[in-house]
Amino acid sequence: MSHYPEGDALLAQINGRHRRGAIWRTLFLSATIIAVLVLIALLYNVVNSAFGLTAVENKVDPASLAVDGVPLEELSKEQLVNILAAHISTGLGRRLERDQLFFETQTVFEDPALFNELCASAEPPAACALPARSQEDVYRLVLERVVEPNVVQTWSLADSVLHRSAVLAQAQQEFPDAEISFRSWLTPAFITTPQSSEPELAGVRTAILGSLWVIAITIAFSFPIGVGAAIYLEEYAQPNRINSLIQTNINNLAGVPSIIYGMLGLAIFVRVMEGFTSGAALGLMDDSTTANGRTILSAGLTLGLLILPIIIINAQEAIRAVPGSLRQASLGLGATKWQTIWHHVLPNALPGILTGAILSMSRAIGETAPLVVVGASTFITVDPSGPFSKFTVLPIQIYQWTSRPQAEFRNIAAAAILVLLVLLLTLNATAVYLRNRYSTRMA
Amino acid sequence: MNDLNTNTNGEYAIEGNNLNIYYGDFRAIKDVTLKFKARKITALIGPSGCGKSTALRAFNRMNDLVPISRLEGQVLFRGKNIYDPDVDPVEVRRRIGMVFQKPNPFPKSIYDNVAWGAKINGFKGNKSDMDGLVEQSLRQAALWNEVKDKLNQSGLSLSGGQQQRLCIARTIAVKPEIILMDEPASALDPIATLRIEELIQELKQNYTILIVTHNMQQAARASDYTAFFNMGEDRAGYLVEFGETDSLFTNPQNDLTEQYITGRFG
Ligand SMILES: Nc1ncnc2c1ncn2[C@@H]1O[C@H](COP(=O)(O)OP(=O)(O)O)[C@@H](O)[C@H]1O
Ligand SMILES: [Mg+2]
Repeated sequence: MSHYPEGDALLAQINGRHRRGAIWRTLFLSATIIAVLVLIALLYNVVNSAFGLTAVENKVDPASLAVDGVPLEELSKEQLVNILAAHISTGLGRRLERDQLFFETQTVFEDPALFNELCASAEPPAACALPARSQEDVYRLVLERVVEPNVVQTWSLADSVLHRSAVLAQAQQEFPDAEISFRSWLTPAFITTPQSSEPELAGVRTAILGSLWVIAITIAFSFPIGVGAAIYLEEYAQPNRINSLIQTNINNLAGVPSIIYGMLGLAIFVRVMEGFTSGAALGLMDDSTTANGRTILSAGLTLGLLILPIIIINAQEAIRAVPGSLRQASLGLGATKWQTIWHHVLPNALPGILTGAILSMSRAIGETAPLVVVGASTFITVDPSGPFSKFTVLPIQIYQWTSRPQAEFRNIAAAAILVLLVLLLTLNATAVYLRNRYSTRMA
Repeated sequence: MNDLNTNTNGEYAIEGNNLNIYYGDFRAIKDVTLKFKARKITALIGPSGCGKSTALRAFNRMNDLVPISRLEGQVLFRGKNIYDPDVDPVEVRRRIGMVFQKPNPFPKSIYDNVAWGAKINGFKGNKSDMDGLVEQSLRQAALWNEVKDKLNQSGLSLSGGQQQRLCIARTIAVKPEIILMDEPASALDPIATLRIEELIQELKQNYTILIVTHNMQQAARASDYTAFFNMGEDRAGYLVEFGETDSLFTNPQNDLTEQYITGRFG
């Protein structure tokens, strides 16, 4: 007497099993679809603000500034300076001139004798040491001070495309003087110009450079230390109480909120180690930007601490996954433990170790909170010049822009998010490419 | 200098005296004494789990890799107990090589698989000396003709049988005196198995070979001496009978041996 179903009962039983499988399959598919939808929503949200129609009202129409039919941006420096002089107050002109001269040999707003006197004084203005402004520079000043373009309204990409005529009609009616154009807030100039208080003129150059510097220091600090610790823990540490305590703590550290690392970084790197992180101890202090300890170095080390446990754990996993047969083969040939680790364990674990490093790099590049605590600058226009410079990073720049009241800041924040995403993808793709090239060479 | 003494063991290449091997509290090998003649093949046979691999690994200190393992007794090699505190297991393994059950070539080129062991053991010679060593080792392992045109390909691209011969080539490239083989053909098809057996016969001219096998015909065919292990009530492995293969198979002294070789248990 069989305990198994036969005939129709068997078929029904098998069908029942398939049905249950199908239900699970549907659930997993739904999970995937939800994830994809969330991603699409995110991208939509960003792209929607980064591009769209804008209504711009100029205080002075740039066309009216053209000289003999030559458009504004093609005028010579002299002509541009004349326009500037005709439209701004002498006081403002002097201020601009003290920042940087318009011409090498003569002054426009300032009395030459007074200027020379100023330069000889104890605190000479910046212009004394700088070369004269370029044509583009003056053109930018004309735009900023004379044309004074003012974005009166922006429309989202969706509105601009789907309801174009309605938007145009509304703009005609509300802002008859405004110039309506389709605008991408993400432009080459956006990437290459530094921060500015005018959203139209602001760029992310400083923040991109800051992010790259910080991430470079983060990786340079945490990768060797993380891999080294992982090798020690996996290969050398005896399984005793102290080592298992260390292991547990590393696992727990990976889950500590990042703001706590920010506070740790503030206490240690910014305060206690200020002499080192400001560069003062090495005589490398960046004079132009007295950052004290709030430097790229402090930020990089803080993020390094943050991702150290992740790197260690991933490297340990990777080392553990190296087949024992490989170690035995190596040791069986008379290799020492270190030769085995160096020639076999590490090369085989490297793809896994790199995967961990890539993941943690992605995490570090998007971190905001700990860097706010460590003291990222809220407004800087100077490129970071080294580890001891003041800095800002992309996520902080984005955060600041999103919290401004003017609508245009949200547009440039969206553009900056796109820059951050592209930067992230580029770094990841490079790392993945290197890893894959390395793994195929091994196989 | 802690070099293994150059005295010989007399007529034996290596001998284990009163070996007891434990994994934690569990005794895997009980009171085993075994002496191996130089340039002979000795087969270790016995039912699964009776401690053949454990006993084999005791002869080049591979059991050291298992942290919970412990050994009592001594293994004499060149007149020296290889478990003496002043003996470096690295040197032991350099002189007593090992071929494993599952082929485990390095994920490197065929050439590097053979050359690596020589390099790390301080092989002195230029590129052409190394080329010569690689060729000679591959020839001795009866693999040269199959791979001579693709020395730069990965060792993992070879078939299972070829991989195992590559592992043998790698082992003999460092010029050991003794080669330990733990069921070297068990993962291979019958034809590849046959080739390995022929190869082992060839190697006998230069090396002392200890081979674990679960294949009775293989032991009978390919070895000069046979050691038969069994395990007791406590699952500890012990040596039942040891002798020349011909006499052990035709005229076993022990009932258990007879039952085992006639396939009535195991
Ligand atoms: N690394 C190990 N740790 C704990 N016990 C082991 C280990 N290796 C083998 N043993 C035990 O030792 C006994 C002998 O194993 P082994 O030497 O592999 O036998 P054989 O090779 O004859 O099949 C078995 O009971 C096995 O479970
Ligand atoms: Mg075994």
